[in-house]
Amino acid sequence: MARMKFLCDADRCIECNACVTACKNENDVPWGINRRRVVTINDGKPGERSISMACMHCTDAPCAAVCPVDCFYVTVDKVVLHSKDLCIGCGYCFYACPFGAPQYPKVGNFGSRGKMDKCTFCAGGPEADLSPAEFQKYGSNRLAEGKLPLCAEMCSTKSLLAGDGDIIAKIYKERVVKRGYGSGAWGWKTAYKEPIAI
Amino acid sequence: MRLTHSIRTVMGMFALVLALGLAHPALAQQGAPINPTASAVSEDQLLNALKPGAAQEIGGRITIPDSKASTLIRPAGREWREFHQGTMHLIGAVAILGMLGLLAVFFFTRGPIRIGKGRSNQTITRFGAIERFIHWTTASCFIILAISGLNVTFGKVLLLPIIGEVAFASFAQLGKYAHNYLAFPFMIGLVLMFLVWVKDNVPGMIDVRWFAQGGGLVGKGHPEAKRFNGGQKLVFWSVIFGGAALSVSGWYLLFPYTAGGVLNLQFWNVVHGVVSMVLVGAMLAHAYIGSIGMEGAFDAMGSGEVDLNWAREHHGLWVADEMKKGVMPGTMQAAE
Repeated sequence: MARMKFLCDADRCIECNACVTACKNENDVPWGINRRRVVTINDGKPGERSISMACMHCTDAPCAAVCPVDCFYVTVDKVVLHSKDLCIGCGYCFYACPFGAPQYPKVGNFGSRGKMDKCTFCAGGPEADLSPAEFQKYGSNRLAEGKLPLCAEMCSTKSLLAGDGDIIAKIYKERVVKRGYGSGAWGWKTAYKEPIAI
Repeated sequence: MRLTHSIRTVMGMFALVLALGLAHPALAQQGAPINPTASAVSEDQLLNALKPGAAQEIGGRITIPDSKASTLIRPAGREWREFHQGTMHLIGAVAILGMLGLLAVFFFTRGPIRIGKGRSNQTITRFGAIERFIHWTTASCFIILAISGLNVTFGKVLLLPIIGEVAFASFAQLGKYAHNYLAFPFMIGLVLMFLVWVKDNVPGMIDVRWFAQGGGLVGKGHPEAKRFNGGQKLVFWSVIFGGAALSVSGWYLLFPYTAGGVLNLQFWNVVHGVVSMVLVGAMLAHAYIGSIGMEGAFDAMGSGEVDLNWAREHHGLWVADEMKKGVMPGTMQAAE
């Protein structure tokens, strides 16, 4: 079985934000939520880089560990998903996540934040694959259609890679060796507790 | 919190610039032999900037309207997770099971504390209707807040396997709303309790003597006490200070965007958790001694009328004061 991961090659990211838009469109993401975002560090300085970031589908995910109702589960492809039927909107995953992935549809107080929403690696949710209920709650299930997440699939510079961890790490390594320098494999140390050894 | 947060951010940016400055020469070497491991901006370099006291977050500029999304990585969540899933369980287990164990030992060795002279069938008013109303409003809120709060920490270990995930999620959802809304009558109750009882809870030398004599819990006899003895003052002030800490921390958790970022929410969550566990332990002891642990004690908060002999033994100076004020003892009604 594959171990699905994201990898953003920051050397290639041109901050076009197409991944952000594609994700919102493909998954009918609720208003105000961005499952994916592009952050530019060292803006205007030497070493400026843009990184596209979303849920990294961590190994031993902190969100799942702290959830008081255990609404998270891991698919056979090691994608970290959750059930919006069980979620109580307490905000604990939001405290624990190192990547700021969990978000809530409402900014209300009194725990009226609504059900947590985050990147699903375009793998839907616990409902039957490709059912209207699944789409309505979690968005598209491209994995069930044999496709990869749209954000990475349509990335114009192929900066954002999604797929089996070993395969995308290999592609990244080839690039690094060819061009002569790496770009960090952002989030890998935090999410998977392993950098990409080159 | 906002100020420290912005200082942290500035310090972090400084450290970041410093780290990049050191890395810069390698970048600038045009035409040098290719070094495949030299990273322009590597995760390691930036994570090294996350020293305690400096930045806890790596962020940058973002073009989408949600400025909170500009944080790229915030590893502090892992420490919070360690705390919440480890230390917090331990503190809760020690505070609650430890206290229950202690009370059980106390109950079976010392037994309930009896009224030495037996009941006199004469009573004196200890708590009026308003005082009892305030006490029980706060107490009933506290019980529900404690159960729903403990459910957030221990529910998935203790209750979820028994009732199943769907029933548990509904219960937890209900508990969350109860917790959020009952926080307000609880806070009002705290303020009222403070106003009503603070004048009788000023600590003094008499309390030092009370504690020095073991408070009548260990050994024989009853140390002198006014309206509230040393132990009761301790309960009062732990409720006031603990309740205040819970109110402030809970307020930020309830209105998350007033706290100024996730790092502050993690901090307030830790405060809320630790204080509540300790306070639940303290309240177990309070409930024990106010009910099965002491003969005649429950009447004070039950009917408000306590037996005169009980009052003389436990609060002799208070009874004398009341008598001086001209308060006459009533007689116990036969029905009770």
